Amino acid sequence: MKKIVHKHPLAIRWFHWLNFPLLFVMIWSGLLIYWANGIYKIQVGDTLLFKFFPKSFYTFFGLSAQLAKGMAWHFATMWLFTFNGILYFLYTAISGEWRLIIPEKKSFKEAWQVVLHDLGISKICPPQDKYNAAQRVVYTLVIIMGFGSILTGWAIFRPIQLSWLTTILGGYEAARLEHFVLTIAFVLFFVVHILQVIKAGWKNFQSMITGFEVKEKL
Amino acid sequence: MKEELTTDQQIRRKTIKAFIGFGIATLIPVSIWKWITKSPYLNNALAPLRKNFEFNEKLTAKLLSNSRLAPTFPLSDVPKKIRSNGTEGLISPLEKDYKIKIESGEMKFEITLDELKILPKHEIIYEFKCVEGWSQIQHWGGVKFVDFMNHYKVGQKDAENLFEYVGMETPDGKYYVGIDTPSAVHPQTILAYEMNGEPLTNLKHGSPLRLIIPVKYGIKNLKRIGVIKFSDSRPKDYWALFGYDYFAGL
Repeated sequence: MKKIVHKHPLAIRWFHWLNFPLLFVMIWSGLLIYWANGIYKIQVGDTLLFKFFPKSFYTFFGLSAQLAKGMAWHFATMWLFTFNGILYFLYTAISGEWRLIIPEKKSFKEAWQVVLHDLGISKICPPQDKYNAAQRVVYTLVIIMGFGSILTGWAIFRPIQLSWLTTILGGYEAARLEHFVLTIAFVLFFVVHILQVIKAGWKNFQSMITGFEVKEKL
Repeated sequence: MKEELTTDQQIRRKTIKAFIGFGIATLIPVSIWKWITKSPYLNNALAPLRKNFEFNEKLTAKLLSNSRLAPTFPLSDVPKKIRSNGTEGLISPLEKDYKIKIESGEMKFEITLDELKILPKHEIIYEFKCVEGWSQIQHWGGVKFVDFMNHYKVGQKDAENLFEYVGMETPDGKYYVGIDTPSAVHPQTILAYEMNGEPLTNLKHGSPLRLIIPVKYGIKNLKRIGVIKFSDSRPKDYWALFGYDYFAGL
């Protein structure tokens, strides 16, 4: 016998999927802005390892010479992104859903076991609730990153009116770098997230749309 | 009488319903995107995004105060080479008989740099911020804009009110900015004639007189001031016509 097991509340699914276009527009418009002063790079001594970004990157994605357009989109979409984030946070806090997301004491240790298991290195898979230990750690981190992006964003958006914030974050240039690093972290999260969703299979993916999973009743 | 659905039927129905719902929901961001991108342009910014710029401006003006100061830095933080950007309005040769034209209501007159220098000099070392994303600690000296206004009794619409905007132009009229009065009278806004403690002689940096307005992006810091005029309507602004935020405040 099959049974319907509710997994994701409707509100969570809305917040989750709204982030998809919102974050996309934020990152796209952010790149249009970053292009105008794209100075960050990873360098060891005198050896340049990676430049954010090579010219071909901007050309390929059509990101060059559109600073004004980038600012116009970025400073409008930021409201929707922030609004969605706050509503998500409130919903999770009030509904009690947070209990399933924030890491428990054992989660940090178990998260490594999950990683090793998912990479096929270890056969041990710790038992889990809605989310496994690695998901708890990473999802919580991503929520914090979201608010980090908003705060570092405001620190560079209004660095004089909010100079206290900019100062806490280490100054204007530091806040700009932090804002950028957070974005890169979002993209890395996104890549891993997609790979994990593919690995978890269609049923899992479908539950993010329908809200339920079908389990065999014993 | 309705037959009770089997679990399989329930699963099927719920799944189909959810996917249709999801499909309809995706139309929301798609329509918003279409609505914005199909909107007319207002000074090279899509209308809804231009409106949002104005919303951000009002909110900043309302919630945040223009009396907040830009952080200042010690002299040792100032780099040797001061960055400059843009030569709009600086191409034509500087007139030998350089004067600044002032317009405020009925008043129209000209002043020379030497006349302006009679007013107290103020220096500021702060982080200049370009709209492109770079910033640099710079050292400027000159007359507070508010001192200039008080001395010449300009900017006054009547006994109680100031005009809402200040417009500035280069002598050739090819670069121009509009600034809201609260930002113009901010105590750190200066008409600068010194850079790094020395007379401002470099034309690229705005010699002989330029605006230094720390609460705005560099694009508002007009170089080689030819005209200063006060008005209640928004003065035209060079970069705002190219799709940038008119306010450009920090």
